[in-house]
Parts: sequence; structure tokens; C-alpha cells
Amino acid sequence: MALYDKTAHELHDLLTTKKISAAELTADIFSRVEEMEDKIGAYLTLTRDKAEATAKLVDEKIARGDKISLLEGIPCAIKDNICTKGIRTTCASKILENFVPPYDATAYKKLVAQNSVIVGKANLDEFAMGSSTENSGFHTTHNPHDLERVPGGSSGGSTAAVAGGEAIFALGSDTGGSIRQPASFCGVVGLKPTYGRVSRYGLVAFASSLDQIGPITRDVTDCALVLNAICGHDDMDSTSTAAQVPDFTKSLIADVKGLKIGLPKEYFVKGIDAEIETAVRNVAKKFEELGAEIVEISLPHTEYAIATYYLIAPAEAATNLERYDGVSYGARVDGADVVEMMTNTRTEKFGEEVKRRIMIGNYALSAGYYDAYYLKALKVRTLIQKDFTDAFEKLDLILTPTTPNVAFKIGEMVADPLKMYLQDICTVPVNLAGLPGISIPCGVTKNNLPIGFQLIGKALDEETILKAAFTYEQSL
Amino acid sequence: MKISEQDIKTVASLSRLRIRDDEKDDVLFQLNKILTYVENLQELDTTNVEPTTYALPIQNVFREDKVKPSLDRELALSNAPLKEDGYFKVPRVLEA
Repeated sequence: MALYDKTAHELHDLLTTKKISAAELTADIFSRVEEMEDKIGAYLTLTRDKAEATAKLVDEKIARGDKISLLEGIPCAIKDNICTKGIRTTCASKILENFVPPYDATAYKKLVAQNSVIVGKANLDEFAMGSSTENSGFHTTHNPHDLERVPGGSSGGSTAAVAGGEAIFALGSDTGGSIRQPASFCGVVGLKPTYGRVSRYGLVAFASSLDQIGPITRDVTDCALVLNAICGHDDMDSTSTAAQVPDFTKSLIADVKGLKIGLPKEYFVKGIDAEIETAVRNVAKKFEELGAEIVEISLPHTEYAIATYYLIAPAEAATNLERYDGVSYGARVDGADVVEMMTNTRTEKFGEEVKRRIMIGNYALSAGYYDAYYLKALKVRTLIQKDFTDAFEKLDLILTPTTPNVAFKIGEMVADPLKMYLQDICTVPVNLAGLPGISIPCGVTKNNLPIGFQLIGKALDEETILKAAFTYEQSL
Repeated sequence: MKISEQDIKTVASLSRLRIRDDEKDDVLFQLNKILTYVENLQELDTTNVEPTTYALPIQNVFREDKVKPSLDRELALSNAPLKEDGYFKVPRVLEA
């Protein structure tokens, strides 16, 4: 197996036993990038010089006999809405095409502190708004499993990089499914931690009450390693939780005996691809064989989740994106006066989907419509959250498909934004409730396209998710 | 129709966006489709339901009232489209 196809923990062993050097590993990844990038297009910016410098540093440490951390020298991709000091951070938007952040996002800084090798900044849907990377202001990323298909989104560049051997792991961000859906489309592991687990400092804001950074990896063990590296309270993010961060590698135990796993009937309705339904029901059977108890449950407000999300997220986005006014950073298009300058800048530099969401958001927040749309959505959010709270009184985990269908063809859905929004049906309720959720590969369709299942846990209980995911993975 | 052409104009202006004549119909069509879809929330009785703005109950996060280093002025201005004498420069707001 080529180096670029290995997991971080395998590579760590090869590094510490001096079977390979960090420089060799970095060179191998970049030669793979050279070979594949024309076809996949996972990246917006490559940072080879920086990567090589880090690898050299790691090799010097190894030569000195210093102990290296688990992600040290391991090549990774960073979604391009995560600020990297001195490295262009575009959010795949023309409005930030030349933006070079003056500071680091906390999650990224923690990886840099571990001497992870940064390969580059990964493509996304502009400002993380989308489910396919087709809304990127620069190019569409192609799914490594079928180049005519989307990798999913919005973290499609990150998941395609990991699936295509262009990075060993990646950071993504998930507002309504943007880690889990592309992880499922690309056949990799993607986890959205509990809201507040990972600092959002330096994550360019889309919908602040929903956004969360998380790991995209090749297996569950790597997921735990990256989670260990990025979690924790941060003074720079007042919404980051002060809760203790456990050692997530302690959850890598193959044992689900006695675990109660709920199967919500609302996630297995018409519209779900039959092959996905079969695959996920087989996962449930597997968990049962391994000693877990499967319980049929109901989350009655599921059908309202998309509407709730597509009012709350655009309302928050409209507010967050007010900052792109052509004044303090980002692009500017001149105009006769300040208002015209701002209007020209935003009209020319934002893409269609971003403008659409700003319009929906401002409409939902505007006088006369606030109560009927925005406030109503916040109340329904309470009901959706309560569905989960009630269900978790008798359960440890909830098992669902990650997506209603597998990776679709590039161009297939662009003309129908609402159809694209419905892609998020299985993932948005989790963000609305602030819970952790993971997508794990569970086979392929007859056309060889990856299928993923989702495990949802109680707030701050990533440990049970990882334990069950690990158990499933080891049983294969 | 949930949203009229006049509404779109108002919202675009609030959003500091301009809708071109040739895209007006499509914008109107797509926004109406989305706003019609979200109408399903009205079926639910939410009379005694409190709104949720954040999933985690975090309130009043304080820190010590201590001066800490902040972003260097030059660095803060480094991405400005236009700057002069240590300030962001914008088109004239007041008449001379």
C-alpha cells in the first residue's frame, strides 16, 4: 500500500520506527497531489514550502531521539474557511480571493503546534453554503470514486483530499451536514463534534449557532486522534464549552454490549435510496449481532428540520456576512458613494447561492416577517431539540443514514436550490440540537458509490459514538 | 406568491445587493419556492414554546478585566482595499 493511502496512526508507527522520514512522506503526498489534482481539484491553495519545512523539523526531532506527537509529520488539508495566518483564506469566495488572515484559527493552531504537515487549503462551497462544492467561486471538486460526480459539500475539498490520497486527514466544518454528507459521499469518516467542543475562533462565520469544526479521516482511530488535538475551551470563543475533554483514544474499544441504539422511523421514509436503506438496516443488524439493542423510535419533528434550518442558517448568515462591505478587508468594487461601493462589491463578488441566502435571511428577519419566519423557526428548533432529549432518556445512540442518496452527478441539482437543501434532511437536525454526529462508511452501491451511516450521540458524548463506530469498523 | 417583486427590491436594498432585470424572474421564482416550502412550520402550534437561539445553555461568559495585546495596527490594515495614514479609506460620506 502506498504511503499516501495509509492512516495517520500507521504512518506514526513508520515514522517512529524510522522506516520512513517525514520528508519522504511529504514528498509522496505532493507527488500524489501532482498526479491527481488536475482530476480531483481538492485544493484552492497548496503550501508545499511550509509543508517541507515542517517535515524537516520533524525529521530533526526524530533524529535527535525526541518523542513525537501522534499527528506530528502527518500531512493534512485545512478547509479554506479556517483562518491560517500568512496563508490565503478565501472561503471559496471572490470577495476573499486575496485575503491573508492576520491570525490563526485555534483548531488549526493546535495542529500546527503538533507539527502536522499542512498540504494546503481545501475547496468548499462558497462560505460553506452548499452540498456539492459546485458553489465554489473557483472550481468544482470531483469525487475520487467517480470523477463525474460531486464529492458532497460543503467540505468536499477536504473529504476528496482524504479519499483521493491528497492528504491523510483534514479539518472540515459542519453547519448543517457539511462534514458528514461529503464524508459519506467520499467513503471516509467525518465527525461533527458537539456544538462548543471545538473553538470556532478563526472559523469564518456562516451560522454561528450551528457551525462546528471537526475531523475528516480514513478510520475511527484517526478521528479520535484529531479530536484529541483540536477540542477544548478557548478564551477566544465564548461559546466554546468548559467541559472536560476526555482522551478519545480510550473509547477505541470494540464493545457495544448493552448499548441501546435507536432507529428513528422518520429517517427511513420515501425519498431515501433503497440501497442506502438496506445498507443502514444491515448496520443495525450488525450492531445487534455484536450485542447492542436496537430500538425503533420516533423523532416526530424531523420533517420540519429543513424548513427550520433554512430560516435560521440564512438569518445568521445574512447578519454574519454584513461584514463584507469593501472597507476593512476583502475585495472592493468602486462606486460613486459608500452605499454604491458596498452594493457593487457585494453584487459582483458574492456568488448566487450566497446572495440567495442573504436575501432569505434578511427577509426572515425583516419587520413584519420576523415573528412568522425567524421566531417561529427558533421555536420549532426547541421542539426538534426536545425530540432528541426525550429519545436519549432511554437510548445511548441514534442510527440513521447520513444522506438520502449517494453522490450525484455534477450539474444534476444546480438548477434547483430547494432540491439541494433537501439533501441535508438527515444531518441538519443534529446541528439544530447541537449534538455530535459521525458518518462512517458502510459499503457501496452496485455502481460502486460509497454509502455512509450516521451515529448521533448525546451532547458531549463523542466517546460512545467513537466506541460504537470503532466496534463496527473492527467487525468488518 | 409569498414574496413580491417589491419585497425583493426592499430586501436587496437592505442586503446591499442589486438584482439585475434579467435575473429578477429567477430570483423571485426560487425565493418563492423556498418560502413556500418553509410554510410547513405554520402547521405546528408553538404557543407555549420558548425559542432556542443556542443549543447549549451558555449565558454571560465573563473574563478577567485585564488588558491583553490586540492586533497590530499595520497587520489589521494589511488586507484593506484602500488605506491612508493608518486608516481605512472609504468614499466621501459627508458633502464638502
